[in-house]
Amino acid sequence: MPVNALDVENVSVSHNGVLAVNKISFNVQEGDLLGIVGPNGAGKTTLFRAILGLQNYQGKIKLFGYEGNQYTTLLSMIGYVPQKVNFEPNFPATVYDVVAMGILSKKKLVKGVALIQSCGCCWNRIFATSSKDSEKIEEALKIVGLESFKDRRISELSGGEQQRAFIAKSLVKEPLLMILDEPVTGVDMDVQNKFYSVLRKINKENKITIVWSSHDLTAISDLATRVACMNRELFFHGEKKEFFANKDMLKTYSESAMQMHMHKHDL
Amino acid sequence: MNFDILSYGFMQRALLTGIVVSITCSMIGLFLVLKRYSLFGDALSHVAFGGIALGFFLNIYPIWTAFAVSVSTALGITKLRKSTKISGDAAIAVLLSSGFAMGVLLISASHGFTIDLFSFLFGSILLTNMQDALLIVAVSCGVIATLIAIRKPLIHFTFDEEQAKVHGIPVEKLNYLFVALAAVTVIATMRLVGILLISALIVLPNITSIMMGKGFKKTMLISISLSVSAVIAGITISYYFNLAPSGTIVMLMVAMFVGTLVAKHVGMFSKTINEHNLSTTS
Repeated sequence: MPVNALDVENVSVSHNGVLAVNKISFNVQEGDLLGIVGPNGAGKTTLFRAILGLQNYQGKIKLFGYEGNQYTTLLSMIGYVPQKVNFEPNFPATVYDVVAMGILSKKKLVKGVALIQSCGCCWNRIFATSSKDSEKIEEALKIVGLESFKDRRISELSGGEQQRAFIAKSLVKEPLLMILDEPVTGVDMDVQNKFYSVLRKINKENKITIVWSSHDLTAISDLATRVACMNRELFFHGEKKEFFANKDMLKTYSESAMQMHMHKHDL
Repeated sequence: MNFDILSYGFMQRALLTGIVVSITCSMIGLFLVLKRYSLFGDALSHVAFGGIALGFFLNIYPIWTAFAVSVSTALGITKLRKSTKISGDAAIAVLLSSGFAMGVLLISASHGFTIDLFSFLFGSILLTNMQDALLIVAVSCGVIATLIAIRKPLIHFTFDEEQAKVHGIPVEKLNYLFVALAAVTVIATMRLVGILLISALIVLPNITSIMMGKGFKKTMLISISLSVSAVIAGITISYYFNLAPSGTIVMLMVAMFVGTLVAKHVGMFSKTINEHNLSTTS
């Protein structure tokens, strides 16, 4: 029996006694592109933070069948792009620098702290990434279409371009699973469409399992293989077709949004 | 210009320690500035003053007590901030005044101020003896080597702590290591510009080079070059014109900062430089 990429079992998170996530269970199979929908404040980000080990929770989360310490080790195999990366606006990092941050692996870190590699380095060696690493960086930049931006400062890019750079950053570590928290909210249609084609490409060609939250039901119906719908608790989890055929979803998600979606499809 | 000043032992020691210390300050300072900890160095130096006073009081080599007090306070305040959620600027204010108050108290208890103390307050790079010079160079090289070794996780951590955590970087341990390094740097810098001017060395070259709109590596290299040239020029000028080296060095750095600001304003750098101004005061 194949192992699921992610198993979420009875997970609850409370903020000061208020349940933000209430006993949610679902799983993500390898190769899935799971779209999670739900109104603002539905607990999507909280759920993601629990999966990423940034939030205490009750229940069980398994990553590729592993829990506990092994889970923590596997965490570095998750690529995460939050809704907004809060960074110092003056941070003197080029797009290339930012993507290169994604390269680091735990092994290298341990080696780094051991201080061995540092003795007698000259500047070029200090900051140089190995040629294999720079190939990876170039490739990730190509996937998200930012090759020509690599020497620009990250703060000079538009919001959508920054998000693409952060996706490239999480791609270079060759993740097994990517978690994208409303990655293109507040970005114009054109950039959104570019972004969606990147999403499709990394899911289909790079075979990366993706969990993605969005308010864009049209995009979800175009891209996702499966859909989950939540508002503090999980109301639906299953095939995309079922979700869009299921009129009960009107109750859980915004009625007008659903109607608009239906309307679009009728046209 | 006549460079016979290099034939004096005290000048050689001053220049050597000055250069090494300015490199260390620039490197650690870039991370401090980007983490919005600009005044952390200032606070630590005031705590170091308390540590030095403790040394005089207990009759121990004051640099050792300064190391012990600064590093333990830096680690303690980091722990405290994490558990009590005191805001950064308030924590710095508490740290700064309590460190200085402890110093004043201990000095009054050990029968008055001595000339040595003034050299710690305002710097005395030209009076550096061999023991101090060796200690400062060794400590600075240690800090530089450690920073180079942990540069990648540290850059990531400084850029975005949460992302770094998800990436498997042990952010808490890294943060403790970083503040300890900052504390050690501050002590090493005391001789050069004195407790009261340390934050200038940490902040000024870095905000100047950040304004130039380059990537991380270039920004750090520019900052180091600015800092080293200010120190060399500052020590030389102060020798010929009989001025205080600390004040001269810092004023040269201020001049570089203002010059860059003006150059940027008249459009000498690319137009795309981010317009947000880094606040150096909180």
